[in-house]
Amino acid sequence: MADTNREDAFVVFDRVQKSYDGETLVVKDLNLSMPRGEFLTMLGPSGSGKTTCLMMLAGFETATHGEILLGGRPINNIPPHKRGIGMVFQNYALFPHMTVAENLSFPLEVRGIGKSEREEKIKGALERVQMGDFGGRRPAQLSGGQQQRVALARALVFEPELVLMDEPLGALDKQLRETLQFEITHLAHELGITTVYVTHDQTEALTMSDRVAVFDDGMIQQLASPDKLYEEPQNSFVAQFIGENNTLEGVVTEIRGDLCEIRLDNGEIIDAKPVNVSKVGERTRMSIRPERVEMNKERLQEGAHTLKAEVLEFIYMGDIFRTRLRVAGNDDFIIKTRNAPDQLRLKPGEKIEIGWLPSDCRALDA
Amino acid sequence: MAALPPYTTLGQRIWHYTFRTIVGLVLFFLIAPILVIIPLSFNAENFFTYTPGMLALDSEAYSLKHYRDFFNNSDWQQAMRNSLMIAPAATLISVGLGTLAAIGLSQSHVPFRRAIMAILISPMIVPLIISAAGMYFFYSRVGLQGTYLGVVLGHAALGIPFVIITVTATLVGFDRSLTRAAANMGANPVTTFFRVQMPLILPGVISGGLFAFITSFDEVVVVLFVGSAGQKTLPWQMFIGLREQISPTILAVATILVALSIMLLTTVELLRRRSERLRGISPG
Repeated sequence: MADTNREDAFVVFDRVQKSYDGETLVVKDLNLSMPRGEFLTMLGPSGSGKTTCLMMLAGFETATHGEILLGGRPINNIPPHKRGIGMVFQNYALFPHMTVAENLSFPLEVRGIGKSEREEKIKGALERVQMGDFGGRRPAQLSGGQQQRVALARALVFEPELVLMDEPLGALDKQLRETLQFEITHLAHELGITTVYVTHDQTEALTMSDRVAVFDDGMIQQLASPDKLYEEPQNSFVAQFIGENNTLEGVVTEIRGDLCEIRLDNGEIIDAKPVNVSKVGERTRMSIRPERVEMNKERLQEGAHTLKAEVLEFIYMGDIFRTRLRVAGNDDFIIKTRNAPDQLRLKPGEKIEIGWLPSDCRALDA
Repeated sequence: MAALPPYTTLGQRIWHYTFRTIVGLVLFFLIAPILVIIPLSFNAENFFTYTPGMLALDSEAYSLKHYRDFFNNSDWQQAMRNSLMIAPAATLISVGLGTLAAIGLSQSHVPFRRAIMAILISPMIVPLIISAAGMYFFYSRVGLQGTYLGVVLGHAALGIPFVIITVTATLVGFDRSLTRAAANMGANPVTTFFRVQMPLILPGVISGGLFAFITSFDEVVVVLFVGSAGQKTLPWQMFIGLREQISPTILAVATILVALSIMLLTTVELLRRRSERLRGISPG
């Protein structure tokens, strides 16, 4: 995954492994390089190794094998307080016995910055997160969102080149989370900070990041930009983990370049794009996004295969309609259609035919 | 007294009042011996009993002569000075070592934490006379027997368990990500300790120190074994006084000590509450 040149990479994980007990590897062979100014998200279910990677970068865990480089320098032997990395914690980790301004002053004081310069920087940092009037408050007097804003300001106030965020929005309600997602990405890009962001929320990952590294089982399953990740998942795990996904299983019967034919388990035939399959007779799991399923035969290619489907449930969601179908024995096949004046509102029990462009249906590992 | 809800049965009613009576008796049992001493210390006679005059509230029967005796007698003054030197010194050592031990023992990577904890706490569990005898033999070997340092160290050993217990309890609620955050912002471990961890566990440290101080201030067994006449403390002097001269001055001293203890506890508790409120740890 040498996607960036190692010379101009700012953060590099080079064959990094981590084991806590000396037997099982929590992180298996991690290779990753980030250019300066990138916003990279480590996304994955709990226990996938993403937080461990972040902790190794911050210096709170040591890599069992391999090397981590920051600005070209190996940092394995540098203690956390000499790495100069800013960090935002999930529980904010504000010092309860200090006021907001004292919290922000702390990293500047330990760097020996003079009083007038400190005050100027604190003021600037608080204003940047719209907390300018709160310098004299104590963390306990602030709401969760305000506390996280202060934590963000504190991580940025000493102008680190790299900022780590460990599920910083996990404890906030949905609306606030969305506002802060927006603010964080803006700040990061405005200040040109390199950011590593850890989350298990895929929407957050997609909306905020330049690139997303999907973790599972101690490995990066795919490292790509959000649109690539969503539209071109490289394996079943990524397809399933990112966004809503329909799966159908079957056997490859024919491969013709960019197109393959698959016989589903109930005998029906459908077209797909071969991604993780290489030969006829192989079992495959196909992935198709709910919004790419087509009910209008006219929009399909000539001679395209279609599948019979029975409507099980119609859910009105305002902006979209979400319809649950039974397709080839799968009771959980979802299609999403836009709420438009001419849009069909299907009723349970209706029989329809569905199909898709072969390029939208990816034949992945079974 | 809160009114009982209308559905209480006769049995519950009886139990309700029996329970209050028992609680009252327990409280009386604990407090009475202390309260009885206080008027007696103002006795005009040299006896340990209430005279008919005292019971009749005759002002002639009361006097401050025992208090005068305490402040003028060089034996008592020497004991007072010793106590006021030994207790703070022992407290300082207990607080320093106990706090460090508690912090160390709260780190998950320390091996044999439970065993080490048990050993450090043992002076609280082992009968005092055994600890004292052990200290006596050990300290005489190393030349500490009969010295101030010996008594201070002995008392510090008795005070450490209290500090460890109270500080460990405060550390349970301590958020480790705070020290991580501090490290991340560039603070070395020593700065982190004094600026972040210490202020937050201070209430526990103070209560532990208070217990350690009272332990040393009240202690008689270890001082009898490890100390010599030169290091006699107030409890030592009271103990000898009881055996040899039975003077009500002891009661005057006891009263002063009780008053001192109450004042000390109140002050520290008020300070602790104030600092907690200021720190925003407990909702104000």
